[in-house]
Amino acid sequence: MNAVVKGLVELRDWVDDRFPLMQLWNDHMGRYYAPKNFNFWYYFGVFSMVVLAIQIVTGIWLVMNYKPDAATAFASVEYIMRDVDWGWLIRYMHSTGSSFFFIVIYLHMFRALLYGSYKKPRELVWILGMFLYLTLMAEAFCGYLLPWGQMSYWGAQVIISLFGAIPFVGETLSLWIRGDYVVSDITLNRFFSFHVIALPFAIAGLVVLHIIALHEVGSNNPDGIEIKDNKDADGKPVDGIPFHPYYTVKDSVGVVAFLIVFSAVVFFAPEFGGWFLEHNNFVPANPLKTPDHIVPVWYFTPFYAILRAVPDKLFGVMAMGAATMVFFLLPWLDRSPVKSIRYRGPIFKTALVLFVISFISLGYLGTQNPTNLYTWLARGFSLIYFGFFLLMPFYSKVDKTKPVPDRLTG
Amino acid sequence: MRTILALALWVCATVGIAAGSHGPELLDANVSLGSKASLQRGARTFVNYCLSCHSAAYMRYNRLVEDLDLSEEAVEKNLMFTTNKIGNTMTVAMQPQDAEQWFGVAPPDLSVIARSRGADWLYSYLLGFYLDDSRPRGMNNLYFPDTAMPHVLWELQGLQRLVEAQEDAHAHRGPTLKIAVPGKLDPSQYEKTVRELVSFMVYVGEPAKLIRYRVGFWTIAFLLVLLAATYLMKRDYWKDIH
Repeated sequence: MNAVVKGLVELRDWVDDRFPLMQLWNDHMGRYYAPKNFNFWYYFGVFSMVVLAIQIVTGIWLVMNYKPDAATAFASVEYIMRDVDWGWLIRYMHSTGSSFFFIVIYLHMFRALLYGSYKKPRELVWILGMFLYLTLMAEAFCGYLLPWGQMSYWGAQVIISLFGAIPFVGETLSLWIRGDYVVSDITLNRFFSFHVIALPFAIAGLVVLHIIALHEVGSNNPDGIEIKDNKDADGKPVDGIPFHPYYTVKDSVGVVAFLIVFSAVVFFAPEFGGWFLEHNNFVPANPLKTPDHIVPVWYFTPFYAILRAVPDKLFGVMAMGAATMVFFLLPWLDRSPVKSIRYRGPIFKTALVLFVISFISLGYLGTQNPTNLYTWLARGFSLIYFGFFLLMPFYSKVDKTKPVPDRLTG
Repeated sequence: MRTILALALWVCATVGIAAGSHGPELLDANVSLGSKASLQRGARTFVNYCLSCHSAAYMRYNRLVEDLDLSEEAVEKNLMFTTNKIGNTMTVAMQPQDAEQWFGVAPPDLSVIARSRGADWLYSYLLGFYLDDSRPRGMNNLYFPDTAMPHVLWELQGLQRLVEAQEDAHAHRGPTLKIAVPGKLDPSQYEKTVRELVSFMVYVGEPAKLIRYRVGFWTIAFLLVLLAATYLMKRDYWKDIH
């Protein structure tokens, strides 16, 4: 035993002489000091990495049997579900994983809103995260075409046609994206290529940048206090604890709890009542038969509702684009002297609650037929949605904040 | 925490007022995949009545051997009429072009029909045929108006006629169906036959369903043990952090 340990240490030292192994380990794990009071909301970063790993591994196995060909794509998915050993499990993990990816990302972003994690000095962490979110949307959009069901096909048809609203270049642009006059085998092939190569590469790279930027400035915490302002004689933050082993063991508990919830959906409700796998997507794509009711998957529907709330197509598309892009400005829209919701005043708290209600309501309205009442509701919620961001410079400044303590409060 | 709870309640309420559906309310199919004998009877009805026009092109016959406790001989003798290789899928001899000429529309493949339409819809549809002189074949369907499919199970169910809402005591429940010409089975026997047929179609839609819940139960049981172990490890590591 001793000889084995000795051998491993020698191997480590051999590598370390040629590669900054220990330095990387210490910078990001062993001597990365994180605030000791992370709460429930701080699990969603590691959860999204777990989901990314699940998506990559199950994706590799799906590609072994999937056929990116309009004539056989739908059948190949059913082949995976029936004839491939454990294919159904791999497929359900991947389809459930895509919805869970958005759930954990939305909660991860909500954490940033709660505790002001986007504020100085973490603006770049936030912006890199926003790029990750946009890339993830593109990844999900391309992936959703691959099963080649009715919703895959018509969802892609509708979303790509939105680019047609752009003046002058719109039609050319949507033609260029599709590679054809309608969504076709050519579109399927290029979406497959993006989904399995280009976008996963971009996501992996952005994750690395996101974490490097975070570890450079250090993690925020539920108090919104900079722990680096309070260091002991050795230069270690007094309220910080090494990420490893403290947060590696704590995150392990969280990850197992997450996997229990994930498994509950994978094994007991993979369709999730038509929200994760839409019923109409079990009908093969038919370019000649438009479904009565075309809706994107739930994670896009808040933006889809905003699009439909605007009477003019071009302005609708612009509003939808603005609804995603406005997040980028958050670090500069927020003029509050404090970061955390714990020390913010009543105006910000009310604004945040209204924003969450609007976001969820828009998500629901985006899945429904746009009746007169629903359209007006969507308009109202869209106004609140944009109001939350655009009025922030004013209300965050005048809001009455509480004094922030010097040390973490737990 | 209180805010989060209030939000959660509100989300449930929003989703609760969901989907205002149109058309008559669907009947409850109440399918069950628990009994192999029942699935076998459903399979027999399926190959005898559905598989002459509809295919189930993703479903292999030998899967029935594994999943429904049947011998290869039993499947070959009783369920396989359109092929002689047990590894083949449930295809159909009818050409789509012919079908379109005969019925106006090619009968859809039934492999995953239970997943797109839902068990309740299939059950209601198969109970929903009634006499209607205005239709070319003299039949219509309460749940799928002007359907192109003939009432293939009529000799089992008999023929129904539509009772308009106002004739009925329970006026608010919309139109109902009454047996006009009895078939070989009485209504409760027919309902059972259709229920077993739909159960079989639910199984065909996703054969993994037969083992999915069991695998899930053991996976979660294992994860719960792992959760306890990781929690104890975490508590031990964190005992000096205040």
